Amino acid sequence: MASITLPWVQRDTEKLSNYRERAIRLLAIIALAHIPIILGAWLLLDPLSTKPADLQDWKVLLVPPLCLGSIGGMLLFAGAAFAIYAYELIGRVLSAPWVAFVIFIGAIFGIVIGVWLHAEILMTVQRDWMPAKETSVIPVVGIEYDHTVQSIYQNNLAGKSVDFPLIGAISIDTPILAYLMFPLQFPLIRDLVGVGGIIGFISLIPGFGIWWERKVAGRIQSRMGPMRAGGWHGWAQSAADGIKLAFKEDYVPPGGDGLLFRLAPYITFIPPICAFIALPFATAWVFRDLDVALIFILAMLGIEVMGVILAGWASNNKWSVYGAMREACQMVSYEIPMGMALLIPVMTAGSLSLTGIAEAQSGGFWTWFVFVNPWCFLAFFLYYVASLASCKRAPFDLPESESELVAGFLTEYSGFRWSMFFFGEYVAMYVVCGLAAILFLGGWMSPFPASSAEWFIAQANIENGMLQTLVKSLLAANPIWFILKATFLFFVQLWIRWTLPRIRIDQVLYACVQVLLPATMVVLLCNTVWTLGVSENGLNLGWLIALDGIINKILAAAGLLTLLGIVGIAAYGYRNNKKLVGWLAVDQLPGK
Amino acid sequence: MDDLAFYIFAAISVGSAFGVVVSQNIVRTALFLLGTLGGVAGLYFLLDANLIAVIQLIVYAGGTLILIVFGIMLTSKSPWAEFKPPKGQIVLAALVGLLMFIGITSLTLSGDVNWAARATKTPLATSPKVAEAGEALLTTYLVPFEVASVLLLVVMIGAAYLAKTEK
Repeated sequence: MASITLPWVQRDTEKLSNYRERAIRLLAIIALAHIPIILGAWLLLDPLSTKPADLQDWKVLLVPPLCLGSIGGMLLFAGAAFAIYAYELIGRVLSAPWVAFVIFIGAIFGIVIGVWLHAEILMTVQRDWMPAKETSVIPVVGIEYDHTVQSIYQNNLAGKSVDFPLIGAISIDTPILAYLMFPLQFPLIRDLVGVGGIIGFISLIPGFGIWWERKVAGRIQSRMGPMRAGGWHGWAQSAADGIKLAFKEDYVPPGGDGLLFRLAPYITFIPPICAFIALPFATAWVFRDLDVALIFILAMLGIEVMGVILAGWASNNKWSVYGAMREACQMVSYEIPMGMALLIPVMTAGSLSLTGIAEAQSGGFWTWFVFVNPWCFLAFFLYYVASLASCKRAPFDLPESESELVAGFLTEYSGFRWSMFFFGEYVAMYVVCGLAAILFLGGWMSPFPASSAEWFIAQANIENGMLQTLVKSLLAANPIWFILKATFLFFVQLWIRWTLPRIRIDQVLYACVQVLLPATMVVLLCNTVWTLGVSENGLNLGWLIALDGIINKILAAAGLLTLLGIVGIAAYGYRNNKKLVGWLAVDQLPGK
Repeated sequence: MDDLAFYIFAAISVGSAFGVVVSQNIVRTALFLLGTLGGVAGLYFLLDANLIAVIQLIVYAGGTLILIVFGIMLTSKSPWAEFKPPKGQIVLAALVGLLMFIGITSLTLSGDVNWAARATKTPLATSPKVAEAGEALLTTYLVPFEVASVLLLVVMIGAAYLAKTEK
């Protein structure tokens, strides 16, 4: 076979190694050039000095960039030089399967610990840093502040903040920490840090979700899914895809509306992120604990559709417009059963705040709303079906149905704008799953009440102190449970997508208007009666007190019948599992 | 800080409202309307009126606006429906707008209403919580609430009647 000799592919090995040496030399010189900067900054600022006179507030502007930044920069450039020097060795190590696995797991743990530290520090600042009597003022801008670096260090405010669950409190007490914590006393800086945390979590979801979706799809279709990128089960597939998409051509159809075409991805992408503002991960783990969090999140999910409609319209392509019309149709109709199904847990908890609803389910899994009464049980499934439609997930993925509409509203999109739609979709999926987890599955509560930890420890005869702490912290309410539940529901969405066939648009609307909507209404009404009739504090309706016993019996009978009905429907569905699609397809064509 | 946020939201609302009036492409008009509604919702949030802000977003931005765009897409004859009112209408609309502007500004600037006294009630202290708002709707203001819902029911029946196919 003749070798291909294209001029730009020819490898001049001598020149190449020459370049390599020059790059290594350059990077090493830059790394070494950091040393005088570090030394000079250290002598000038003396950030480790504990003398009160040396702890000056103006140094806050210089200590992090000069001392920490230049050390970090030196390590970065030295590392880059080493990586180029030893790239063959590094490549061999990285492509070993266990190394990739360690990187993957390590990244997950690192992110979890990072987010946890984040929240811990922010909570400490908000809780422990009392406003001082005397305030200082930033000279030019005129912003007042309570804590000087000196007072933070002397009152040990920075050192106290790190309290590890297993190791115990560690008092890292250096002035550098005081310098780093100083900006956190401004609410705006705290908000920015919180937004940083949210955006960090959000950028993880699509990266992980897309890889996972491909693996699930592969397994369900008896193949492996992505296996190459990164080594261990293609874990770097999303990163590789992201890089590919970012370098693609940013095509705008000349016949379309350029402005709206460019704007539409942002309108789809930003609202689901805004929903995270009000979505709590645990009691204090929420950016803003709105009393109307639930409606806020629903509103954000509703605005997301606007972007899809605009995308379809601005593309000036009939497939895109079909996709957009279907999306508009589907969203407007499914918002109603979805909102009504969400009213049911709200009614049961008597609160509209997501934190309040989750706190009402803190007594173990039998107090989770999905199990608390048969109507809530039904409402959970009604909500889940409606939420599938609102995220345009299969079997409701008509707006972009690949087999009929090319790619629906995405037909004309490419590159980074295309990927923004997927970012928005996966984030919205996580938001609806998180809502389901909070409203029906107990949010961040563990399946057993925190008080049962003692019992577990006594039964299992655990004497090791660390293990005891582990059991206690696992059973306490914490964000891990929320993330686990939401991620499981997310997985069910992937599972459903690769299991059920797509239904037709008339079936979609039939299922909403004639099945889901009446069912939700009946469930809502029954739940109202149930909540009023069987309240935990006894009966709260004056005229019902006389009928207490009878009403309880009637309600119990109704609940039992509903449960039997659910079991019956499930049994019917199981017996006729091959017929269901055929039954749905009968006589629903628009012309008949 | 609040002042800065106020100016940002006010600029979004006013700028998009101007866009709604000036833009000739009807879908772009709808998009600008989204900006106005969102900006006003932001102002409500600044006043700590969370419930109204969120209702504004879910009812107007999330529901009504999408129905408007949906209607435009279903009914317009050409894909790029231009919106060109006759000159007489433009003059008339400008006159009405100017009158409104003069009226509102003169009312605001005149001493008839003591704005400063009203502003001393801090929104944080008085803003009703959702539960209180709901209770007020179902007790004190039950009649207006029911009248509004009957009106909506009538509208719905009317729409169903109009949409019914002739047999």
